[in-house]
Amino acid sequence: MSAPTTAPTRPTSPVAPTPAPKARRVRRTPLPYVFLLPTVLGLGLALGYPLVRQVVLSFQDFGLAQQFGQPPEWVGLDNYGSLLTDGYLWTVTLRSIVFCLVNAGLTMLLGVGLALLMRHMSTGVRLLVQTGLLLAWAMPVVASLTVWQWLFDTQYGVVNHLLTQLGADYTGHSWLLRPLSFFFVATVIVVWMSVPFVAFTVYAALTQLSGELLEAAEIDGAGPGSRLRYVVLPTIRPVLLVVGLLQVIWDLRVFTQIFILQEAGGSARDTNLLGTYIYRLGIGGGEFGMSAAVAIFMLALTVLLTAPYVRAMLRQEES
Amino acid sequence: MSRTASRPTRIAANGLGLVAFVVATFPVYWMVNSSFLARNEIRSPTPTWVPFGGSLDNYRTVFATDQFLDALKISLMVTGGTILVALLFAFVAAVAVSRFRFKGRMSFVVTLLVIQMIPVEGLFISQYKMLETFELLNTVAGLTLVYVASVLPFTIWTLRGFVAGVPYELEEAAMIDGCSRTQAFFRVTLPLLAPGLVATGVFGFIQAWNEFTLALVVMTREDQRTLPLWLSTFTDVNRGTDWGGIMAGSSLIAVPVIIFFLAVQGRMVSGLTAGAVKG
Repeated sequence: MSAPTTAPTRPTSPVAPTPAPKARRVRRTPLPYVFLLPTVLGLGLALGYPLVRQVVLSFQDFGLAQQFGQPPEWVGLDNYGSLLTDGYLWTVTLRSIVFCLVNAGLTMLLGVGLALLMRHMSTGVRLLVQTGLLLAWAMPVVASLTVWQWLFDTQYGVVNHLLTQLGADYTGHSWLLRPLSFFFVATVIVVWMSVPFVAFTVYAALTQLSGELLEAAEIDGAGPGSRLRYVVLPTIRPVLLVVGLLQVIWDLRVFTQIFILQEAGGSARDTNLLGTYIYRLGIGGGEFGMSAAVAIFMLALTVLLTAPYVRAMLRQEES
Repeated sequence: MSRTASRPTRIAANGLGLVAFVVATFPVYWMVNSSFLARNEIRSPTPTWVPFGGSLDNYRTVFATDQFLDALKISLMVTGGTILVALLFAFVAAVAVSRFRFKGRMSFVVTLLVIQMIPVEGLFISQYKMLETFELLNTVAGLTLVYVASVLPFTIWTLRGFVAGVPYELEEAAMIDGCSRTQAFFRVTLPLLAPGLVATGVFGFIQAWNEFTLALVVMTREDQRTLPLWLSTFTDVNRGTDWGGIMAGSSLIAVPVIIFFLAVQGRMVSGLTAGAVKG
């Protein structure tokens, strides 16, 4: 559900071969429209209709009373007004942005670093690393969350055990209690899950790097640093941009990790990101009008970020 | 990659590679390891690193409760329904987009790309309200509906690459040999597309099987849980978490996914980068 969904699942990268379509059948025929009909109807029903309804909802006072049958009241921009003046929304937004940038940055750094390193490993070690990355990539989100919770478990977790062995006293240390350490755990999990996609994609791009070009640069006296800067990175720049953008978009909407860790003992108020805030406001708290307004805000934020991605994909499409 | 790295570089790269391997695999290993440990080994101040003499008790616990099997049933129905519908819809749409030139084609492709980026969290409130109106909350049909919408854009996007990969000349040749256009498509193109359809279907399966957020929103009743929901409610701080049982459950959910994923991943990933580097 990459999109709306699936993206939930990280592995779902909208990665797809997009050769220029050779549309030979120029004949005027209604056939393609018939073929698109099921998709258009399906998406219209499951995404388009809710979107319209959500915009409407965001202009209404729709709380618990309405849930029990009272007609909703039109309040114009009141929901947006009270949200924009509410310090908490800005706290959550800022928190989401910082979390997103830290996670996307770390993921890119580790993923690209690993991809570059893979070129210098012995074949055996490289295969080992690739197998390991595939395993981490293939793990279902919820399963990896349970394992990481178990690793960070207060009483019997391996992390506390190892840290205590190393001399720090972490016996009975609770990782989820304080927001900063909560986000540390969340970051570890998110980055662990996201690095494989970046490493594989960038490594694949690196394999297309021309050896002659590198050799020529070397003969001309370029050291490893300048070869990286002037030959390697420019070649893989388009891939880096697309992958980096995807990370930002994905990490801005992280929900499952935060939600499950909150349920496992974090304080929701101190750790809410945009996604969990919308959920807790609406489905948790019955404030549907307000949560619809936050959701619209989040959609706007995503569209802003998505524009360059769409442009990049279309440029590929044209080429 | 033709150049051989200098010895110290290689040793450093190999060393860091081994570290990366351990960090990447350890959680997966730990899940499987813990799933075979007895309760007293789990609840012990020193971890048991290898499950020698392990037991299947945790797996027995999982299967002993109806909840796991109920959730498995729901998950299978939802993922099965999602893949069938999504593949069918996506297949015809992919043929339209890659075999025909028509007005609106480009806007359709752009819309797909944009939709694919919409976060679930941005719409699940009103999807919840919608399903509530349709009386589809806590039903397989309701969850399938929102799942189809979420896998469809990706599925079309991928399939159309596979369709475009089969040269139209092959169909033309078949038509010259006397096939009708429809026959040519079904006898020539479709068989060549089979691997792509399978790979895309498996990918859709993985997504739906793993999905958490929409399931959480749509399936609020305990008896309508999917496997990920069932697993997430297992960790309850107040009850004293049964980590062995959870790890057994996690392994049961993860292992089929890992196998499927390894089978199709190469096919799915190669595209983007190839195109992007060329551009």
